[in-house]
Amino acid sequence: MTALSALIRRDIRIALRVGGGALIGVLFFLTVVVLMPFAVGPDLALLSRLGPAILWLGALLASLLTLDRLFMADHEDGSLDLITMSRTPLELACAAKALAHWLAAGLPLIVATPVLGLLLNLDMVATGAVALTLLAGTPALTFTGMIGAALAVTLHRGGLLMAVLVLPLSIPVLIFGVAASQAVIVGPMTFGAPFSILCALSLISLVVGPFAAAASLKHGLD
Amino acid sequence: MQLSGRGVICVRGGREVFSGLDFAAGSGEAVAVVGRNGSGKTSLLRLIAGLLIPAGGTIALDGGDSELTLPEQCHYLGHRDALKPALSVAENLTFWADFLGGERFDAGESLATVRLDHAAHLPAAFLSAGQRRRLSLARLLTVRRPVWLLDEPTTALDVAGQDMFSGLMRAHLARGGLIIAATHAPLGIDSRELRIGGMA
Repeated sequence: MTALSALIRRDIRIALRVGGGALIGVLFFLTVVVLMPFAVGPDLALLSRLGPAILWLGALLASLLTLDRLFMADHEDGSLDLITMSRTPLELACAAKALAHWLAAGLPLIVATPVLGLLLNLDMVATGAVALTLLAGTPALTFTGMIGAALAVTLHRGGLLMAVLVLPLSIPVLIFGVAASQAVIVGPMTFGAPFSILCALSLISLVVGPFAAAASLKHGLD
Repeated sequence: MQLSGRGVICVRGGREVFSGLDFAAGSGEAVAVVGRNGSGKTSLLRLIAGLLIPAGGTIALDGGDSELTLPEQCHYLGHRDALKPALSVAENLTFWADFLGGERFDAGESLATVRLDHAAHLPAAFLSAGQRRRLSLARLLTVRRPVWLLDEPTTALDVAGQDMFSGLMRAHLARGGLIIAATHAPLGIDSRELRIGGMA
């Protein structure tokens, strides 16, 4: 346990220091959402209808932005070698890294959502629904994205390859995240059904993600 | 304690680097792996560390902790020094001590031994190449592992640093540890030579 909490604390600390990824993700999220009203135009009804989708897309892209460095940085400076050799199972180390990434980069997005909801003419209830779905759904984005991040290390390609690999995996999360938020705003569906599926997707990825990422890293040993 | 390899074959990128390599090292013994560039010195260390998978042959440690695998009992000091520039010297060292676990010694004392105690609060980004190497050595001192796998350990160290390092290696061997070092320069301690890939 000390080993895992040490890893989580280190990754969060690096993300929050100057040059870390945490702030960049939030700023990117802010930029994407602020640009949307300019593109869509001053139609308030349209904005509030598109609001949840815009917030979800922004959060998806922002969490991808910093995810490709998840293993790449450790690979480049040799830390990954020591993590692989250590007494901590690689699956647990992967899970700890993903958790740290979510705490440092995912949670601030959710905190920023109420502010951005104002820009999109969403009322309190709608904003709350979007924030709640993001809270339930972003762990799925991080933990499935981690598989892509591990593959990027194995294949020695970063950046774009990861986005191409990970975006298709995040489609179900996006569908049910937006569906649950829309259910609150316009109906007629119930909020519970899509939200439960969203939670299930997160739970599945919490289990599958670390094993898949560790398998990929082990396969790519060289 | 005896580290031994039998008929080890290493294949990288479809090309056989070396094959049928036998080696052995016991407690208190240092082996200097020598050979021309590209002969597979680093590959051999990474095979022992479990970071490469041998295409054939076996590598085993007899008489170590039976609960642990060979890589878990090794320290690997490679070309890349596993330091985070955003963290301070002390933070880097205590992270590895916490993460690697096992028997540990005072981090501050290790830093004093490698003469980095004055820089403990400096971000690692500001360290010189030699200081980074010293910080990596401090990791070897803080967390105790019986097998040291060293890849060109004396690179970037000044003369005083090399003397200090020889002393550390001697102390490690005296405690019953063993050292496998890939090197071009003399190690500065009594060591057996393991030549791979023919004469330079």
